[in-house]
Parts: sequence; C-alpha cells; structure tokens
Amino acid sequence: MKRLSRDCEDSTSSCEGPTDSCKRARQPAEDPGDLLSNWARRLQEILLHIFQYLPLLDRAFASQVCRGWNEAFHMPELWRCFEFELNQPASSYLKATHPDLIKQIIKRHSNHLQYVSFKVDSSTESAEAACDILSQLVNCSLKTLGLISTARPSFMELPKSHFISALTVVFVNSKSLSSLKIDDTPVDDPSLKVLVANNSDTLKLLKMSSCPHVSPAGILCVADQCHGLRELALNYHLLSDELLLALSSEKHVHLEHLRIDVVSENPGQQFHTIKKSSWDAMVRHSPKFNLVMYFFLYEDEFGPFFRDEIPVTHLYFGRSVSKEVLGRVGMNCPRLVELVVCANGLRPLDEELIRIAERCQHLSAIGLGECEVSCSAFVEFVKMCGRRLSQLSIMEEVLIPDHKYSLDEIHWEVSKHLGRVWFPDMMPTW
Amino acid sequence: STTTGDSVNMATNSIHWFRKGLRLHDNPALQEAVCGADTVRCVYFLDPWFSGSSNLGVNRWRFLLQCLDDLDSNLRKLNSRLFVIRGQPANVFPRLFKEWEISRLTFEYDSEPFGKERDAAIKKLAMEAGVEVVVKISHTLYNLDRIIELNGGQPPLTYKRFQTLISRMDPPEMPVETLSNTIMGCCVTPVSEDHGDKYGVPSLEELALFFNLHYLDSGFDIEGLPSAVWPGGETEALTRIERHLERKAWVANFERPRMNANSLLASPTGLSPYLRFGCLSCRLFYFKLTDLYRKVKKNSTPPLSLYGQLLWREFFYTAATTNPRFDKMEGNPICVRIPWDKNLEALAKWAEAKTGFPWIDAIMTQLRQEGWIHHLARHAVACFLTRGDLWISWEEGMKVFEALLLDADWSVNAGSWMWLSCSSFFQQFFHCYCPVGFGRCTDPNGDFIRRYLPILRGFPAKYIYDPWNAPDSVQAAAKCIIGVHYPKPMVNHAEASRLNIERMKQIYQQLSRYRGLGLLASVPSTHNGNGNGMSYSPGEQQSGTNTPSEYNFFPLHLRL
Repeated sequence: MKRLSRDCEDSTSSCEGPTDSCKRARQPAEDPGDLLSNWARRLQEILLHIFQYLPLLDRAFASQVCRGWNEAFHMPELWRCFEFELNQPASSYLKATHPDLIKQIIKRHSNHLQYVSFKVDSSTESAEAACDILSQLVNCSLKTLGLISTARPSFMELPKSHFISALTVVFVNSKSLSSLKIDDTPVDDPSLKVLVANNSDTLKLLKMSSCPHVSPAGILCVADQCHGLRELALNYHLLSDELLLALSSEKHVHLEHLRIDVVSENPGQQFHTIKKSSWDAMVRHSPKFNLVMYFFLYEDEFGPFFRDEIPVTHLYFGRSVSKEVLGRVGMNCPRLVELVVCANGLRPLDEELIRIAERCQHLSAIGLGECEVSCSAFVEFVKMCGRRLSQLSIMEEVLIPDHKYSLDEIHWEVSKHLGRVWFPDMMPTW
Repeated sequence: STTTGDSVNMATNSIHWFRKGLRLHDNPALQEAVCGADTVRCVYFLDPWFSGSSNLGVNRWRFLLQCLDDLDSNLRKLNSRLFVIRGQPANVFPRLFKEWEISRLTFEYDSEPFGKERDAAIKKLAMEAGVEVVVKISHTLYNLDRIIELNGGQPPLTYKRFQTLISRMDPPEMPVETLSNTIMGCCVTPVSEDHGDKYGVPSLEELALFFNLHYLDSGFDIEGLPSAVWPGGETEALTRIERHLERKAWVANFERPRMNANSLLASPTGLSPYLRFGCLSCRLFYFKLTDLYRKVKKNSTPPLSLYGQLLWREFFYTAATTNPRFDKMEGNPICVRIPWDKNLEALAKWAEAKTGFPWIDAIMTQLRQEGWIHHLARHAVACFLTRGDLWISWEEGMKVFEALLLDADWSVNAGSWMWLSCSSFFQQFFHCYCPVGFGRCTDPNGDFIRRYLPILRGFPAKYIYDPWNAPDSVQAAAKCIIGVHYPKPMVNHAEASRLNIERMKQIYQQLSRYRGLGLLASVPSTHNGNGNGMSYSPGEQQSGTNTPSEYNFFPLHLRL
C-alpha cells in the first residue's frame, strides 16, 4: 500500500492509488445491478493492484486461470513499463523475452507503453530485433526510452541508417519523451534534431555517452532547444564552452547532473580545454548541480585538465593517474564529493591526500586501488576528514606500514576517527 | 563383526581411502585405520574418464602421479604399499569390502558439497556391508560447520567477518604424529606378487597413452616435456616448508613482502599446490608458523595476518561447503547475475596466451607451462577476462584454471573467481588492473615477459608492455612485427574498461537500489557485521520483472 501511494505522488505514476479507488467506492446507494458491477470493478482493481507486484512470468500464469484474470492481465496499467530482453543463446547466458510475448505486446499494448527499455547482448541479431520492435512503436507515446547494451555495444554493429530510422519512429511519435538513454549507439546530429523538434518541451534526461556520430554542434542544438534538460551524459569531445553557456542560459532550468566521460582513442591524444568562465556560469546558474567525470586517459594526456578550478563533484580515474595530477585535483576541485583512483604508481600520495582533505571539504567518499600511502599520512587524512567520510574503500596493498603504524594497528586508528568499524579492502592470496 | 559361526577374534581389516590428504604426517584418519587393525590397505581411485578430470592439463596429472609415487615409496618404508584402483569408488568398494574382508573404512573429511554427497553414498554402502566408517577432519584448520554455526547458520561472506569468528574459536587441533613403524605396530599390509601390475601407480607415459588411445579431448603431449617446476609429493612438501620457514626466520619479518619482479617466478618455498593436494598438512604449517613467530618475536601473540594464505583457503572452503552451486552463477544464492558475454574466440585467445597484451600472455604462458602463477598475476588475468576487458563469464576462467593451476581446487578456485570478477563477497569494482600499467609497475624491465614470451625479447623495456605502440623501426629491430609475429591487442583497454565499469555500475545500482551518483556507494556494504544476510539478494534477481517498483530501471529521470 505504501508503495502505491508514493507512486501516486509521482507525476509519472502508472497506476491508481488506493485512496482513489476507495473514493469511487463511497458512492450513494445503488440498485443491486449497479452494486454487482461496482463489485466487479473493484475486484478488477484489486487484481490489478496484486498483479503489479507479480513478476511477469507469474502474472502470465495467473492470466490463464480464468477470463476475468486474463482481462486483468491485459489492463493497460500493467503495460506501462516494459523491459525487452533480447539475447541469443550463442552470445548470452540469460534468457530473452519470449518472441510471442513481444508480438502480443506490440499488437495489444503498444499504445499503453510509456516506459520502455531494451537490454541487448553483444549479437547484432539482438540489436536488430530491438530496432524491429522500435519501428513498430508507432502508436506509442513514450515517456522513457532506454537502449542498453549489456555486453559489447551491438547497436554500433548495425547499419547506421537502419538504426536511425527505427529510433526516429519513436522520436516522431512520442512527442513527450522525458528520458532518453542511448549510449553506445550510432545516433547522429540529424536524428538529434528530430528528437528536439518533437520533444523539446518534455526532455529532462539525455544519456548519450560514446555516440561517435554526434558532433558538438549536434548536442548544442539539444541544449539550446530543450530548456527542461536536467540530466545530461556525454563524452568530453562533445563538451564545449557554448554548450555550458547554453545550459546556463536564463531560459534553462537548473541542471542537476552532468556526466562526462573523457576517453583516450589514441595515445598522446590532445584534448581541448573548457574555460573557467564557462564552469563558473554553470555553477552560478545551477549551484547544486553535480558534475561527474570519468577519466580513461594515459598518464601523459592530462595536460589540459585541472589547471583551473573546476566544479567537479564525482571524479573517477579509470587508469593510472599521476601524483602531479592528483595534486592539481586537490588544488582545483573544491566541490569534490567522491574521488576514486584506480591506480597511481609506486610513489606515496601522502601530500596529495592531505591537501585533498584540507581543500575538498565536501569529500565524503574515496576509493584507492593500486596506489601507495604511508599509514601515518592515511591516518592524518582520515582524522582531517572525520565522520564525513561515509565511503572509504582502500585496497589493503595501498597502505604502507611505517614507524608509527603497522597494518594491524591502522584499522583501529581509522575506525576511531570514522566512528565505525573499518577495514581495508582485501584480495585473496594463495 | 558381521557373520556368526566365525572365530571370536575377527580380524580387523582396514582401508584408508586417500583423496586429498596425500601424506603420512598429520593424518588422523590414517591413524584410525591402523590403530588396532590387523591389516591396512591405503587406496587411491584413479578414473581418467571421470567428469572434471578429463579437463585436467598435464601438469595436474603429473603432480598427482608424483604425489602417489611418493606415498607409495614412503609406505614401502613401512612395509606397506599404495593401492591405486582404476575405477569409481561407488562401483569398486563393494567388491573390495568383500574381497579383503574389510571391517573398517577411514578417510579424511571432504567439505566440498560434491565430496559430501559421494561420501554419504559410500557410507551407505559401507553400512550395508557392515563396515565401520571413521572420518577425521584434517584438510582444514577448523571444523567448518562450527564456523557456520557460530555465524548463525550461514557461512560468513566477508573475510573480516570470517577472521572475527576464527579469533573467537579455540585454536586448531595439533597435528598428529607421522605414521611410523611404531604406530603401525602389528598392523600389516598384504602385498601380492603382482601388486605393481594390479595396483601400481601409473606413469605419466601410460596415462598419456591411455588418453590418446581413447581420443579424449584432453590428450596431452609429453614429448619434450620439461621437468616439473613443482614436483609433487609429501617429501618435497616437507622439504619446502622447512625452507619456507628458514627464509621467514632469516628475514625476521612477517610483514607482507613487497612485490617485485622475482615474486612472479616460481619459488622453491612455495606451498600452495602441496596444501591443495594435502601433501602438506595445513595444521602443521599453522603450528610451525606460530612457533617460529613466537621464537623470533619473543613470545608475542601472532596476528591473524600471519596465517593469511591458510585463512583465505579456509574462508573459501567455509563459503562453499553448504552450496552445491558455488561454482555457478545461475542458481547460486551468493552470486550476482551479470550479463557476461559468450565469446568462444575471445576466451580461446585468453586461454592460449594470444591476447596481444604481453603482460597477460606471459602470465597465461607461465600458468600453462608450470602450473602456478603469483596471486597478483591471477588478479590481473582474471580481471582482464571478466570485469576488466573481455566481459566473459568467470565460470569460463575458472574452468581454465582448474585444468592448468596446480593449487586450484573447487572451493578456492570458484570462490576466488567470484571474488575477482566482483560477482560476490561485496567487492568494490572500481579498481581495474591495467594490462599494461600493472605489469610495468611490478617488473619495469620486462624480464618476466622476455622469459615467457621469447618472441618479444628484442623489445626495449619502454615498449615491451605495449609493443603495438612501438615505431616500425623498433619492431623491425626486435624482429617481431606486431600483427604478424605477435598478435595485435585484442581490445582497446580504455574503451573496454569504460564500458565495463558502466555495466558493473548499472548492475549494482539495480541490485542495491541505490539511486545516487557515487560509484562506491553502489556496492552495498555490511555494516551489520554479520557478513551474511545481505541487504540485497543477488541470486534472486529476476529478468524482466516489469513491476513499476523502486528498483526497476524506471523512472529514468530520477537517476543518471
């Protein structure tokens, strides 16, 4: 019951609340015929309510019990959300949505669908099947669409035009798309224009990391037209000063999340810089926005980054990052909330960590992989951050015992300052 | 005694059944076989057709045969012999019970689910034949059921929880004495003239011939096989442990040793394969470590970290003992369902050391040639296969290790793979081992690469970890053109790791119902200290639930 009423508060609720159906029941006295039909209706509502808690398979079994239950099974409210799982036995261990079910949905429920996602495995067949379904969603008015590759991005294997034409069916027909997740797809600038032309008023979330056919101009068009955009995820090559300024324009709502992936295509790649003034404009316009940045660069490609103050809140270094860069992070990332470092190398990060504790006053989560920090410096770091550190994930090998602390002693010290029992992350040894 | 009408003094004829525990020292079950018995026969069942064994590589077979040879030779010193029986226990035991008039069967407790099932069946057979069964725990330090009991009926799923439980228990039992003539007493082993033909330990040549004749997939070539880097057997194990302890004493430092290039090479003090086969008693090792520590550190209490190697082993045995699906993703209550890719071609490249990443290929080459790799090397190749680069199921990696790795037994192998692929045990997934950088840090000069991949010998240290980046001139000088003499890298690591970390994050966020932006918070932790009763149930993930519930993918606009 609790869950339902919460859903009702949400504007995207897909079902009635209990209060609504109760209101309907409290009507003036009726004759027996009407009473009976009221009961029947209420039963349907109860069935609907129960069916919503059942996984699809169980619901399908239930639908075979009698006509009434079968009707309940096909009520529109149960078909607002659907996740199509498209897997081939040759490329996945997981089961796929049954093709007959897919046919049924398209036939009977395509106009009920509002929140749809496609999970495809690494086979081109699965991506094609997804496109096939997409092209048939003509009567749909989707609010949410997600194209998710669960393994290798198979959408990229498709002929671009084939994919684009399937996707634009949805863009054109939906007209009220609010969330769109199209990472790792061959979406391009013209198709983004179509998206914008039909959904600019409603688009709130756009996730499109690693879409190589989109250009900065293409995404700028989205930012210019879709003033309700609250969440955006893209690759660094699409980021520009113009984009940030467009997102900070008066007409624009406050941006909530901006996620940027910085990925190296070739070693020694040169990356452009973003002006500090553009970031400043963002912060002025959306003071609470979160900037999430994931870096997958070679060590020597960090030249343009962290030279000036940048409002990043969540930072992940997926490859080795140098001591020097981490030093710059300490200097220039005052809004930092989470720092995760996959690897650094074999020189202790003592100074850099202390500086981060000093200057990143909002830091509440830190993860260190193949790095080195002396135990004393680490204890100092934890002392300075104190209880604001809710996530402290340090690989055991990171901590170097010194004259003050051994490995066995350090977890007591750290636990003391954190206010809870803490241990480093361990890996099995043989 | 079963039949009437026989003499009152029925002869006690024992069988000791060797499975693991291939040793005469600290073998309480063997002692029980001998104690008060008239005859004892030590048997080992060898069935090359047996499922699972057909997968094993030559090093595994050789190690095993060397263990059996060593047992046989040590038993000879006690006027006894090893009886190697070709066949399956369930088929053969009834005959042996009759033929040898057996009244007692002893064996070392096997905690693995399959082992327990097999042993239950044998116990039943024995009961039907009036044979007394005696089982003793000596493959693990502790009684694993006791640990589970202390943890409220569930095995602990974090190593820290496990350590906490251990520290509250009594120390492990002391190792028992080595079997000797004194202990044997009047107990004898009837050995026939044709013992060698009937029950002798087969040679590797015989076994190879057998496999090749029967066209089993696992046929191996022993021509030009180099001598074993890890020679099997109890005698070797006991020599090694003395060396191991000598080295520790000399260093007088029980801290975790710093990793360097040498650590990657097989060490004459390495013990893991011997612990796995039971050539070395884990309890003996435990107590010798304790004694040494007390001597060197003047009687202070040893920290748990001293026994790291042994406790990890114990942890995985405990986690596995009540879970028959411990080695699977599907239907395994502690394993996260991850949409791994099925890709036989990619898997083969990894298994056959043809990935194009010298660090990975050198490790896999060492594994295949010698049967052992350093634990950090294991992390590197396991990460590469699963959550790091190839996104292939950990079950596939586990099968390859099972074939090639001498110390990989069912529990430890499956558990480690789940751990390293972040499929269980609440592991953070953010740290991805770089197939170029990680090796470079460990062995900057690249000697390890040159040793196991001679084709790359000519590359300078600057390029040996990423030879595809070397200019044409360097490749030509090294007489190795990438793409011709050595494969190009099979993935773009930056792109692959970007994709995969995103996948892992999606999966964990869906599981933990976490709706924030943090990477670390996606993985639920166990602040309840129980190390069990997870706040989520990975084994209960359902595909396509399609209920508009909280943890569903929708509505998107509330999370990125």
